[in-house]
Amino acid sequence: MSGEPRTPIAAPAPRDANDARARAAEALDAVADGHTLELPTWDAAATATALRLQQLAARRTARNVGRRRRHARRWTAVVGVGAALAVVPLVAVLGFLLVRGAGALGPGLVGGVGAADGAALDGGLANAIAGSTLLLVIASAVGIPVGLGAGLWLHERRGSRAASVLRYLCDVLLGVPSLVFGIVAWGLLVRPAGHFSAWAGGLALAAMLVPVVARTADDLLALVPTPLTEAALALGFPRWRTALDVALRAALPGVVTGALVAVARVAGETAPLLLTAFGNQYWTLDPSRPVAALPLHIYVAALGASERARAQAYAGALLLVALIALFGVAARRATRRAVRARRVEGA
Amino acid sequence: MTTPTLPPPAMAGAPRVDPPEAAHTGRLGARAAAGGDRAYRLAIALCAATVPALLGIVAVALVRGAWPALADGGAATLLTSGWDPVRERFALGPALAGTLLTAALALLVATPLALAAALWTAELAPARLRTPVAALVDLLAAVPGVVYGLWGVQVLVPWLLADVAPALRALPVVGGWAWLAGPSYGPSLLAASVVLAIMVLPFIAAVSREVLLAVPGAQREAALALGATRWETATRIVLPYAGRGVVGAVMLGLGRALGETIAVAMVVGGAHAWPTSLLGPGYTLGALVANEFGEASGDRHLAALMLAGLALFGVTLVVNALARWLVARVADAEADA
Repeated sequence: MSGEPRTPIAAPAPRDANDARARAAEALDAVADGHTLELPTWDAAATATALRLQQLAARRTARNVGRRRRHARRWTAVVGVGAALAVVPLVAVLGFLLVRGAGALGPGLVGGVGAADGAALDGGLANAIAGSTLLLVIASAVGIPVGLGAGLWLHERRGSRAASVLRYLCDVLLGVPSLVFGIVAWGLLVRPAGHFSAWAGGLALAAMLVPVVARTADDLLALVPTPLTEAALALGFPRWRTALDVALRAALPGVVTGALVAVARVAGETAPLLLTAFGNQYWTLDPSRPVAALPLHIYVAALGASERARAQAYAGALLLVALIALFGVAARRATRRAVRARRVEGA
Repeated sequence: MTTPTLPPPAMAGAPRVDPPEAAHTGRLGARAAAGGDRAYRLAIALCAATVPALLGIVAVALVRGAWPALADGGAATLLTSGWDPVRERFALGPALAGTLLTAALALLVATPLALAAALWTAELAPARLRTPVAALVDLLAAVPGVVYGLWGVQVLVPWLLADVAPALRALPVVGGWAWLAGPSYGPSLLAASVVLAIMVLPFIAAVSREVLLAVPGAQREAALALGATRWETATRIVLPYAGRGVVGAVMLGLGRALGETIAVAMVVGGAHAWPTSLLGPGYTLGALVANEFGEASGDRHLAALMLAGLALFGVTLVVNALARWLVARVADAEADA
């Protein structure tokens, strides 16, 4: 023990059990040797007790470390097995699609037009793909601008109670089952008109796009650095031009990506289309009549009697998943990385 | 005399900002700018108003459409059975029971696995494996319901019929259980539950993972500094802190399971009786509407289907509202920390 009395309490916390033991031993030795610990606000006796307890704890911890580490390793493995099991269905479903779909996917299948029940010999997915595109165009044309507007409103009123309420309502709207939108669109658009139509389907899908685009735009507008908007306002830009030409333009790549993700997700929705667009075995792009759609086609073809019909289902499903995977996963990760980076640097 | 300050560093991809034209400067320009501002504010306020408007429209349209059925039987329609389009008797009891049963079973199976996946990817996995596994889980969450239904019809149902049902019935103690008895010809409540579990698992895992990652790093670091193992940190520090949020994630999964229509419609087998056997066919509210809407005969039939939609809307609304509130509590706590 060196001559100078030490004050272990003021030192940084012990790194591990051995360090704790060593420090406690040193302090106890110092007290036993008659040195005083220079702790102006601490009672020396209380400090000695505390150090003794620390020494005891360190001893007990040292005995436990091996057992705790083994316990941790065992349970981590159990949880890892659980996580692996969680991934097994993905492998099963994707493998199924790849095996059965890749074989069926050919120019004839994609280029031909056909009924989903395989009745037409040149049955194909062309009308379904075209119909889906029409529905998505209608949905995007209505849903994305409205969603952007809502996102801009949230951005303008960031931090206010009204904005929190609207964000909550957006989340609630996100949780409404898609079938319910289909039922409402049926009641308001199909029933009065007397026939199914792509307008009804597109508007039902648009209602599902609005909350997603609003939240995405809101999150991304929050990332635009405030000096940028302040500089614009200082230069005399009116608020509306600041919001549109400066903030929105800066956030646009992320917003576009988020919108594409939402559209890809909505492309796979079947339930609302059952009641609105209904499906069509012919090639048509008339939005006021029923129209085919890829998920509808898959739904009907899945129970098809002939192998030809089922092949359409597999190929269509593979196309759908490929589309969603391409847009969805990559874009979502890019957005999340940007949000987390901003949270780290700015928050 | 103020010295001119440097412009803020350009954000990657930031637009080049040109000063506004003379029209927007000066006193006259200020009025023009105010007019533009007013129009802009009105436009975005209208857009923002569509969100509560949509919720209101959905609620009103459903109530109006279901009114004949509500006026006829009221709550009894949801609690009794008997579906007879010819005699115009429609009762949703079995469908509601099927919805709750399949959702509960799906959650029972999916929640432990989902939490394991979330815990593993957020806390315990080696850094190299975290991103790929999380990406896999995200992809699984993005696959649409009709694809799961397709897989269910072509792979799961035949497998259940041929292999699983006999195996379950041959089990020593459980095999004679009433819920495994009865005729089974493929589509069943069990198939629907399994498909729902597979659909809901990645969703719960993804949201739980986000919640776990939102726990402040300082808490984790303090535990590790005191000598805790990573497992102890994860179970005794992170998980309790995020507990409310994880419960919220599970409830969001419940909301999703309750609302899923197409995958269930393809594998549940449409039977209008009270569910008595897991291996027998059944119905859920969503599957009922999806299957019968196309050929609905008469106004009472349609009103009953609208009532099913209203019930579905009400149940998912309550579950999701509660869940979002729980998840928000953890996020707010993290923001304050």
